[in-house]
Amino acid sequence: MRVTARIGVVSFPGSLDDRDAQRAVRLAGGRPVALWHADADLHGVDAVVLPGGFSYGDYLRAGALARFSPVMGTVIEQAGRGLPVLGICNGFQVLCEAGLLPGALTRNAHLHFVNRDQRLRVESTASAWTAGFAEGQAVVVPVKNGEGNYVAATAVLDELEGEGRVVARYLGSNPNGSARDIAGIRNAAGNVVGIMPHPEHAVEELTGPGTDGLVFFTSVLSTLVAA
Amino acid sequence: MPAYEVVVDVMLKPEILDPAGQAVVNALPTLGLAPVSDLRIGKHVEITVEAADEDAALAEGTRMAQVLLANPVIEDFRVRLG
Repeated sequence: MRVTARIGVVSFPGSLDDRDAQRAVRLAGGRPVALWHADADLHGVDAVVLPGGFSYGDYLRAGALARFSPVMGTVIEQAGRGLPVLGICNGFQVLCEAGLLPGALTRNAHLHFVNRDQRLRVESTASAWTAGFAEGQAVVVPVKNGEGNYVAATAVLDELEGEGRVVARYLGSNPNGSARDIAGIRNAAGNVVGIMPHPEHAVEELTGPGTDGLVFFTSVLSTLVAA
Repeated sequence: MPAYEVVVDVMLKPEILDPAGQAVVNALPTLGLAPVSDLRIGKHVEITVEAADEDAALAEGTRMAQVLLANPVIEDFRVRLG
């Protein structure tokens, strides 16, 4: 067993929060590994974070072009074998475009870009990235997006809720019009999680609203040690 | 092979909210233009493609729409010759 888990953070052209995600991994006790969109090799990392930003300028649709990058071919393949993958904001959009998570993220219902500290309720702890929370725990994590409105067919929403795959819901006012106040979801196996708010921006008191976001990263480290 | 112009129009599905379209609906009367009851904004893609014939060109355009140009979760598309 490795002493320190290695968590890859992918940089796409237009990624903004890749350095913040690397820093969050470090603060959680992991070793961040920078991964490059054009390199299909994951360099033996134990988990992957797809960070926030505007990959490929959000051209066509947010995440639509990033989904076809060489690194994503390997991420999709490895995610199918259980590799923990966390998509944050733009990373969530990429996961939906890639078909690793159902549904899509569309323009905020009110058209405004939202940037604020957001209260969330953690709904599912049955994932690699949320195992360290208590079910129903209220947390504060910054949200900043223009296209965070989660949509899916009613049957898909019912299935997500029925299987406990809604990972987090917005508390208080819904920042983007997301269906059923959904802030994040997971796949059936629980290794792939997509979340619109930014846990990597809530990892220390000095620079964020608190340290609730750190739990996403300590959760995956604990999951990896237990595996 | 000859070149054909293929047009792909991509629209949000009717049940998907189009906030940009709604913003334009609200803006038109303030500019003194006729009030409209509905307006939806989509994408119009013009593609020049080399293909054996018109049918093959349309088939290429359809494949492009299915794979990349449209997201079937939220969008419908139509393909025609330009």
